Amino acid sequence: MSITYLDAICAAQARALADDPRVFIYGQDVGQFGGAFKATKNLAKEFPGRVIDAPISEDAMIGSAVGAAIEGMRPIIEIQFADFSTVGLNQIVNQASTLFWRTGLPCPITIRLPSGGTSGSGPFHSQSLEAIYAHYPGLIAFTPATVEDAYSMLLEAVAIDDPVIFFEHKFLYYHLKSDALPTTALPAGKARVALPGRDMTIVAYSAMVHEALAAAEELATEGYQIEIIDLRSIKPLDTDTVMASVARTGRLLCVGESWPWGGVTAEVIARVATEGLDLLDVPPQRLNAKDTPVPYHPNLWGVHRPTARAIADAARQMLRT
Amino acid sequence: MDMSGNENSQPTPIDPDSQLLFEQAYRWMLLARILDDKFASLYRTGKIHGGVFLGRGQEALSAAIGVNLRKGDIFAPLIRDAAGRLAFGETILDAVRTYMGSALGSMRGRDGNVHRGNPKTGILPMISHLGAMISVVNGMLMARRFKGQSGMVGVASSGEGMTSTGAFHEALNQASIEKLPMVVVIANNQYAYSVPTSRQFACDSLADRAAGYGMKSFTVDGTDLRACLTTLHEAIERARSGQGPQMVVASLLRLCGHGEHDDAGYIDPKLKESPLGRDCLEVAENVMLKQNWGTRSSLAMGRSDFLRQVEEAVSQVQREPAPDPYRETWQALATPGLSETPRTSNA
Repeated sequence: MSITYLDAICAAQARALADDPRVFIYGQDVGQFGGAFKATKNLAKEFPGRVIDAPISEDAMIGSAVGAAIEGMRPIIEIQFADFSTVGLNQIVNQASTLFWRTGLPCPITIRLPSGGTSGSGPFHSQSLEAIYAHYPGLIAFTPATVEDAYSMLLEAVAIDDPVIFFEHKFLYYHLKSDALPTTALPAGKARVALPGRDMTIVAYSAMVHEALAAAEELATEGYQIEIIDLRSIKPLDTDTVMASVARTGRLLCVGESWPWGGVTAEVIARVATEGLDLLDVPPQRLNAKDTPVPYHPNLWGVHRPTARAIADAARQMLRT
Repeated sequence: MDMSGNENSQPTPIDPDSQLLFEQAYRWMLLARILDDKFASLYRTGKIHGGVFLGRGQEALSAAIGVNLRKGDIFAPLIRDAAGRLAFGETILDAVRTYMGSALGSMRGRDGNVHRGNPKTGILPMISHLGAMISVVNGMLMARRFKGQSGMVGVASSGEGMTSTGAFHEALNQASIEKLPMVVVIANNQYAYSVPTSRQFACDSLADRAAGYGMKSFTVDGTDLRACLTTLHEAIERARSGQGPQMVVASLLRLCGHGEHDDAGYIDPKLKESPLGRDCLEVAENVMLKQNWGTRSSLAMGRSDFLRQVEEAVSQVQREPAPDPYRETWQALATPGLSETPRTSNA
């Protein structure tokens, strides 16, 4: 049996719908069609009336999810591409994120954002917007990098009493496969050592974990043992696991597919620098996408975001100093 | 969790033409006016932090919403809805507490002034982004349907300015697609802050838009309490009985600034002298007198009773504790284990 990252997302939703009558799915094309990526395949048939097509109205979709949550439901909203979540941004960052703090009433909604690049998708179907959402208080931001995490973290997201923005990576949808769905999972908000090593720490999340692992494999042939930390969740951010790793290796490279200004890589480096500058043997570095819109052509796209080669090059520079 | 839901209580039907309903609505209008006037004077004496926003001139429309709603209904008021809020069950005390930032108010000093409510009792605390509350009402109504409940209605207030937002359009379209028991009440008060209707929309009447959503629409003179009561009753009961979302467009004039910081010098004097510029409270009072539903002295007694209630609430709240930053949790999440532990020196 081979389960893809996308299968895991579909399976997690089926399980959530089966386990909890408060769960429903609302989004464009999620009904009979099964979603633009087939993440809700067969669910409308299996759970009649609970997997509902929405008009192209991201603002109203999120606003109504907040209303449903007020009434005790646990909606899952599929935004067709993360890029389009900006049309519903107001409801996410002003309505959903403030509800608990203002009223004491929890806002258990899950917003699934198919994120990140695949070549040929261009500026408006490739974005990685986790930094924007992590910036706002009152939101949780999950960035699963494995089939197992896609499944268990989506179930966690639905169970959590707060708005969870679930960044599922489109490149990983079909590229990652696993033999079975997980039966256990790390606690929510806990990072994972994806590869142990002693010479350097690379912090990554989502698809960049796999680029970092490929870079580590290349560097291993040169005799370097790289430790890879998969953040899993960028908010909350598991600073302890990162600090413990940096304490072992003395070197920190942080990799993100999103744009460089501000963001997750900046946050990780700021935390390590303010709390553990003396742990670092060399200045910390970060790699991000280039500060342009995401390009269309594979030649451009292939170098716009960090790749295994770019990560290995950056790591080598740091390992040689 | 109980998914069967609670049946709405079946109270005696509301008679929109009754003396009783008119008197009730008039009293909420009066109380709202007195409360608003008190907030204005507290603002002028520096006792209120932030802005103060009054409903002067819009009380008839707002009260007509409130008295036509029942327990179990949903109301998303806007900044000029003191009358409707009170009629729907908000207390004077909570209004005063929220304006004064009391730790005991529904918003506990975390939010203030018109941003108050209690979703559990069906009053939604508005965010400032106009149009954003309508889809929240939609979602609550969708959830009630999931739970097998019926017979309730949700009302969302709007101004004519809000009709220009994308959120307004999305939410009305959504309500129509889902055939929700939702009523949007548009108070066309002629100015969105300082912008006149000529710069806000180009159709003859905002009610014309309803057809585009597949909604029924009503227009009403917002200065006439009797007309507001009848129209709101019809719109709300149509929605309640399963005839889908409804739109009410009321014409009136805001008889104050956008907020108390605003002298409203931009309002066209001709509008003030037109029928739109009538004070709905005076109009209602004259009906009370003309119908012999009250005398000048009985109305004056009612007024002084409300004044006393408002003064008592203010003096009580002034003795109540203010929010304490050292006791504030500073946690924005309901799940304590997922809030990031403050680590840095300024956290």
